[in-house]
Amino acid sequence: MRIGVVTFPGSLDDSSALRAIRLAGGTPVPLFHASDDLKEVEAVVLPGGFSYGDYLRCGAISRFAPIMSSIIIAAEHGFPVLGICNGFQILCESHLLPGALTRNQGLHFVCTDQPLIVENNSTPWTSGYSKGDRLVIPIKNGEGSFQASAQTLAELESEGRVVLRYADKNPNGSKNDIAGITNARGNVVGVMPHPEQAIESLTGPSEDGLTFFTSVLQSMVGR
Amino acid sequence: MATIVVEVMLKPEILDPQGQAVAAALPRLGFTFAQAVRQGKRFEIEVEGTPTEAQLADIEKAAETLLSNPVIETYVVKVEA
Amino acid sequence: MALDTVANATAHPEVVQPWRELGLKEDEYARIKEILGRRPTASELAMYSVMWSEHCSYKSSKVHLKQFGEKAPHSDALLVGIGENAGVVDIGQGYAVTFKIESHNHPSFVEPYQGAATGVGGIVRDILTMGARPIAVMDPLRFGPADAPDTRRVLPGIVAGVGGYGNCLGLPNIGGEVGFDATYAGNPLVNALCVGVMRHEDIKLATAHGTGNLVVLFGAKTGGDGIGGVSVLASETFASGKAAKRPSVQVGDPFAEKVLIECSLEIFAEDLVVGIQDLGGAGLSCATSELASAGSGGMSIQLEKVPLRDPSLSPEEILMSESQERMCAIIEPSKLSRFMKICKKWDVTATVIGEVTEGTRLEITFNGELIVDVPPRTVAHDGPVYNRPIAKPAYFDSLTPTSLPTVDSADAIKSELLKLISSPNIADKSWVTDQYDRYVQGNSVLAQPEDSGMVRIDENTNLGVAISTDANARWSYLDPYNGAKLALLESCRNIATSGAKPLAVTNCLNFGSPEDPGVMWQFAETVRGLADICLEMGLPVTGGNVSFYNQTGSVAILPTPVIGVVGVIQDVTTRTKMGIPSAGLQIFQLGNTADNFSGSEWAHLYGQMGDHAPTPDIAAEVRLINLLLEAQPLFESAHDLSDGGLAAALTEATLRNGVGATISLPGEFIPGGVAAALFAETPGRVLVTVDPANRAALEALAAKYEVSLHLLGVSGGDSLAINQAVIPLTELRTAHTETLPRLFG
Repeated sequence: MRIGVVTFPGSLDDSSALRAIRLAGGTPVPLFHASDDLKEVEAVVLPGGFSYGDYLRCGAISRFAPIMSSIIIAAEHGFPVLGICNGFQILCESHLLPGALTRNQGLHFVCTDQPLIVENNSTPWTSGYSKGDRLVIPIKNGEGSFQASAQTLAELESEGRVVLRYADKNPNGSKNDIAGITNARGNVVGVMPHPEQAIESLTGPSEDGLTFFTSVLQSMVGR
Repeated sequence: MATIVVEVMLKPEILDPQGQAVAAALPRLGFTFAQAVRQGKRFEIEVEGTPTEAQLADIEKAAETLLSNPVIETYVVKVEA
Repeated sequence: MALDTVANATAHPEVVQPWRELGLKEDEYARIKEILGRRPTASELAMYSVMWSEHCSYKSSKVHLKQFGEKAPHSDALLVGIGENAGVVDIGQGYAVTFKIESHNHPSFVEPYQGAATGVGGIVRDILTMGARPIAVMDPLRFGPADAPDTRRVLPGIVAGVGGYGNCLGLPNIGGEVGFDATYAGNPLVNALCVGVMRHEDIKLATAHGTGNLVVLFGAKTGGDGIGGVSVLASETFASGKAAKRPSVQVGDPFAEKVLIECSLEIFAEDLVVGIQDLGGAGLSCATSELASAGSGGMSIQLEKVPLRDPSLSPEEILMSESQERMCAIIEPSKLSRFMKICKKWDVTATVIGEVTEGTRLEITFNGELIVDVPPRTVAHDGPVYNRPIAKPAYFDSLTPTSLPTVDSADAIKSELLKLISSPNIADKSWVTDQYDRYVQGNSVLAQPEDSGMVRIDENTNLGVAISTDANARWSYLDPYNGAKLALLESCRNIATSGAKPLAVTNCLNFGSPEDPGVMWQFAETVRGLADICLEMGLPVTGGNVSFYNQTGSVAILPTPVIGVVGVIQDVTTRTKMGIPSAGLQIFQLGNTADNFSGSEWAHLYGQMGDHAPTPDIAAEVRLINLLLEAQPLFESAHDLSDGGLAAALTEATLRNGVGATISLPGEFIPGGVAAALFAETPGRVLVTVDPANRAALEALAAKYEVSLHLLGVSGGDSLAINQAVIPLTELRTAHTETLPRLFG
């Protein structure tokens, strides 16, 4: 199963995402922002980092990359897309997901092992978890505060589209402790924590993140 | 040569921790005039001669799609000499 | 103002030049005229003034630093030694590691965020320019008193700058230090270390040879950043009371550096460069003169070709600019087109600005007019060499021994321990380190607060490297010769405690003014001590950095030599962590405790310095390192004892995983009693835990290496109990972790 990882200028966690796909048993395919060629991948990851230096707004410039025009079209046809951290920011700027990520309430960059609860296991990226699963996955960002209008929040909650929620402590002031969401169709998921950094106990706080990548492989087998 | 200024501010209902930090710092320096502070961005765009209607319309579009994120921000376009 | 050309300088020798304002001394100006046979042009004067400044030329330290070469131990692992941008060591399996530490102290006092950020940027470029992919950074930081208003000004900015730049580059920050002392008020120390990895065949050097080869400047455009930064800032002290000197400080753009890294690595992978140099202190002056003097000697530069961000810059300013994120490469003409294509892919500006020539002169023209015509070696390498006067300082006559309370009751143990572990130097540093990304690249095996930072190099073989930085300014103050040795031993012990074998050394020597004979004596003794111990232990010094003039008025900082050691571990999965993992383990101290509190944190809390640093026992420390490496499979955890002694180590080891300990310290058995057992900072000690089933094996190995072994107690429970004192871990954690957030918000 081919899963693509896009490198934008300034992407940083692309190598880790490629590794996670490989460890999960998939075929990782590097994609470059400047080309609209998706190279026949069956799912795509927008990785973490500081694309374009986070200039203007996080993800604001990446969103207009040639690769994104292909991804937006594919997403509208049910193609699985996972945005991690900066990737989540790009998905919101592209309006594939609602709301926006803004400056952390404490104003500092925060790198910490964050407890999370899985709220939605119906997406291709989270189908391997059970609802209520407690995970510990690193967060590392300065702009992770999820903000949205009251109406959007109400929709997200009533439609069960919150995928991950911060547990024990809200690290950045995100509304409703939201750490990750999905679109109405359930194929596009954006999360602020970094599952690709929690895939080996040697280098991460747990292996809780690997299921994001095994899930999408399982869900593609079914199709 | 004209300068077009686009000012972008967070919508009032959006959390503005930077503005809050500034508001908290002012009294520590002895400044007591501020009731509240919000922080925004200012873009200065140089165009040749006087901007045409078409250019102004384009600038509005640029402000709406690139310079600001309408989900959380509002903008104002002003022409300066 | 008319361009000051070579012709003009020859025709008008009488022109008065601002050599003093540029930081040169009268005899240095005379020497320049002697070298050139005429007065220098304005551009040449600018070049010599920056390149002959203390920061660039090492004129006060050279005579001492050459000991690192003279006393260099034979080492098969050393691939590139002192003299290049960074040292390179072989770590096996065809891999080489390059590493270096540098200072950015004065700029960080002036503009904390940008000073620290550009410090990180500069050291990363030094590593990149060796042909390596940078893989990790570490930052030893030292500030004035934690509760001083100016510390509150500089610390948050410096930490944000280190994090802001390093995080954006995608480099995990895996260790470092944060220290507070009145001595650094007005002179914060910002030292930045970077480690990179490459295959042996990828090593690049900063040399320009091959007549007709092209000189290409790539990276960011050139602006007015930091003009005169090195000569004005780093070579003069801050006069106390005067308004702060604020020349233009360099401003960093980490995104520009990130694309520069990716672009450069692709260029290296296709073997497109003959030589390469990064532009740091002294910008183009430095890069061109160093490349030329390391090569065949001749270079011609057309300065008007330099892409500018600010078109109003004069040629002198272009030469002195310290705009960040720029590199200079020497390329064969046949490779140029491919080079440019890669730069275009990454949107990196690249411009041919000159070529390598026959002959031995560096000639720079501006729109056809010759403005620089110098022998490059005289700029880059043959700067003035001073043999500064040295005199042992008078303060040695007024040192007094410590006089500290005995600690014999449960209440005293508890209150003294809590006081120590909540003091800023010993308190938990997460407020700082949580602002750094330690995960990016997915290869961080150990990061703060572990004893060393450790990175996996090869995913298949699990080969890894470990890095540690350490300094003890108080011991260096009391005994600079031994203080240097003790710092090196500390760093090596940290490496070995984590399970890696020490391999090579870098150093960042932070001192006061070299014009003060007492400071110069401290410096000379420090270098002598470091060179001696490195020879004895077979560890080559691969390079480093000297930062002088860290003083305000006539008061110098405590001598602060920061020693960085790199080590190798064959299998990172076997690394040893410092936190006690579970209950029921036996807790041992390796090594003996002596009754000496001089220079310790605990004595410092009582306002005392003491009068004599410990004497290092190198043979015993080497045996300890060998024991640590051989006994590693027996350890459930291991933690080096240093600042804050056993009290700090027990606090850190129990809080790490929330596993308590019951400790018994027989007061009458240890010289100095319970106080020494808990608070002395005797070197050569490690706290380890073992499964009781492995006790006999540990005892046998300890006997083999003649390392004393003391059973302290057993792990488990939710308190740290020492003799009759019982401190619940919740209380211990609160005391340990609330200090920095309370001070810095």
